[in-house]
Amino acid sequence: MSGIPHDHYEPKTGAEKWLHSRLPVVGLLYDTLMIPTPKNLNWMWIWGIVLVFCLVLQIVTGIVLVMHYTPHVDLAFASVEHIMRDVNGGYMLRYMHANGASLFFVAVYAHIFRGLYYGSYKAPREITWIIGMLIYLLMMATGFMGYVLPWGQMSFWGATVITGLFGAIPFIGEGLQTFLLGGPAVDNATLNRFFSLHYLLPFLIAGLVIVHVWAFHSTGNNNPTGVDVRKGSKEEAEKDTLPFWPYFVIKDLFALAVILVVFFAVVGFMPNYLGHPDNYLEANPLSTPAHIVPEWYFLPFYAILRAFTSEVWVVQIASFVTGGIIDAKFFGVLAMFGAIAVMALVPWLDTSSVRSGRYRPMFKMWFALLVVDFMALMWLGSMPAEEPYASFSLIASAYWFAYFLVILPLLGVIEKPDAQPATIEDDFAAKVAKTGSAKADSASQPAE
Amino acid sequence: MFKKIALGAALTIGLAGGAYAAGAEAHVENFDFPFDGPFGTYDTNQLQRGLQIYTEVCSACHGLKFVPIRTLADEGGPHLPEDQVRAYAEQFEVFDPELDDMRPGKPVDHFPHSPLENAPDLSLMAKARAGFHGPYGLGINQLMKGIGGPEYIATLLISYEEAPSCAPEDFPGHYNVAFASGGFPEECKDEDGHHMYPGSWIAMAQPLSGEDVEFADGHSNELHHEAQDVAAFLMWTAEPKLSQRKQAGFVGVVFLTLLSVLLYLTNKRIWAPVKKKYKRKD
Repeated sequence: MSGIPHDHYEPKTGAEKWLHSRLPVVGLLYDTLMIPTPKNLNWMWIWGIVLVFCLVLQIVTGIVLVMHYTPHVDLAFASVEHIMRDVNGGYMLRYMHANGASLFFVAVYAHIFRGLYYGSYKAPREITWIIGMLIYLLMMATGFMGYVLPWGQMSFWGATVITGLFGAIPFIGEGLQTFLLGGPAVDNATLNRFFSLHYLLPFLIAGLVIVHVWAFHSTGNNNPTGVDVRKGSKEEAEKDTLPFWPYFVIKDLFALAVILVVFFAVVGFMPNYLGHPDNYLEANPLSTPAHIVPEWYFLPFYAILRAFTSEVWVVQIASFVTGGIIDAKFFGVLAMFGAIAVMALVPWLDTSSVRSGRYRPMFKMWFALLVVDFMALMWLGSMPAEEPYASFSLIASAYWFAYFLVILPLLGVIEKPDAQPATIEDDFAAKVAKTGSAKADSASQPAE
Repeated sequence: MFKKIALGAALTIGLAGGAYAAGAEAHVENFDFPFDGPFGTYDTNQLQRGLQIYTEVCSACHGLKFVPIRTLADEGGPHLPEDQVRAYAEQFEVFDPELDDMRPGKPVDHFPHSPLENAPDLSLMAKARAGFHGPYGLGINQLMKGIGGPEYIATLLISYEEAPSCAPEDFPGHYNVAFASGGFPEECKDEDGHHMYPGSWIAMAQPLSGEDVEFADGHSNELHHEAQDVAAFLMWTAEPKLSQRKQAGFVGVVFLTLLSVLLYLTNKRIWAPVKKKYKRKD
């Protein structure tokens, strides 16, 4: 794999040869673990391992939680309390699962923005990027349906609002919404199908993760310089790369351990910080909460959804041109899914021939603004739908689209990129010289 | 460059998590509870006093349907002796589907549902109410003070005041300066529709006024103390495993910190020969 010349697994003993000629599974594992990886990867390349850990954590804790949970509108809330009070360690399982979802999204956003900055989506890694976006969509679907299962107030009203989005689609919307809910309103049928899908989707994610890893193992990892690994000969390639095991496995595990310190501090000392207090009230179809707020990881896109009200001229034009088929509500839905779609299409929207943002002086500024924009949208999504938040949301949403649809295509033409290092080895050597010179000798000596 | 952005991003994500605005926000007093902070645990005596206030006052209208009575004996909770728990359970009449008849309660039964239909169940109220939202709806205060549910309950209980004179005599409810989401008479709003007084009108009449209960150990039964004790008890009903959770979190943090140090050293050692090659050049 990876097109980078490297050693392959050679079966030595008789038993190894016997197995290898029938099922080359050891060879597959060897090639996967020993894949040549650019030496100069920085700490933003650790999120992949964190994400794999999150997926496993969620599946394991989730499967145990299911053993004690009852998917029924009259019993679900009480069964969650049963888990919290009566099941041995149940409170830890549930808090780890709930906060595990948050860690999952922290990691996925860091992973996505890493890719956006270092141009990991650019040729030849478009398929990796698209698969990644599919995983992200499935994660959102899974997270949303999981939040419905405790059947608290936010579960119920969140489900009502989000499935209502599908109802905004012209002509087929109403039928589609009824089909999704299993009835005219959010009820037992909805809870049951969400439960079923919440259990199914993580396994689809696991399958796509394998394809995702396969895809970038075929192209090789990107790296902070965006410069390709030299592939002329094995010797040349080895100057730019190191095998994944042990160099990057240990590095990633160290980062994972540090992140888990924070994770356990949150689970142990403030497990409800990221949740909404209203979800500790049992779902009540007759009482609407003052503010219906989704989980924090949906807030940026929720802000975009709400930004396009009927007062916005773009919405009015769209409504006029389509003869009212696209109303404000449907426009919001299109904008929300569009915001994710433009991100998925970024390999073809970015016209710059330079991969890494590190060598793109103008891009750097616009990218920093995009990160600020994302944070602003997240905050705005949690605020009530009134002024001045509505206007801010509109400006922030406009920037999100402008970045992908206008700025990225233009930058490739007008920007004069900085000089890139000739090889990954040069970059690595420069980095070691920079960080090493001050404390190199004192630090490396005692370890010998 | 990227590092700075990433750091800023991580911080903001953390903060935005608490970002749930609550509209017009009333002031919540930050009571000191023994379960505050990473090492705080419940005070058994306080929980027993809170149980007494709940039993003698609150339970007239409010239930605790998710709380099994047997947990009153739990260590780290009210920690009542078993015979007292059994006696406590017997005061409730419970419908038993096997007998198809009523029978005296047993420790395995739960506390009853709310006897009054529009009185909410209190089992989870301390977690369902957040006291600290700010500043700017970012919930930064929660990092320092916690969500603030018990603080909110205690504040609510001491915040009944004489209704402002602008309100009509027959306006439904009771004026409470800490209650934000109740009714508010038009007469008490200015031209822009802004409230001229804090708080709003709550359906619940003032439940505690001080000296409502007599504690066996002679502990103070001033309103401020009563409010705090019953709020602490309701925190326990909402989060009975708080001490165990903090302990598990502490063990997790300590062991993972140790693991991080070991992995850091391993990583350094593994990379040292790789980096050495480039250091010798200069």
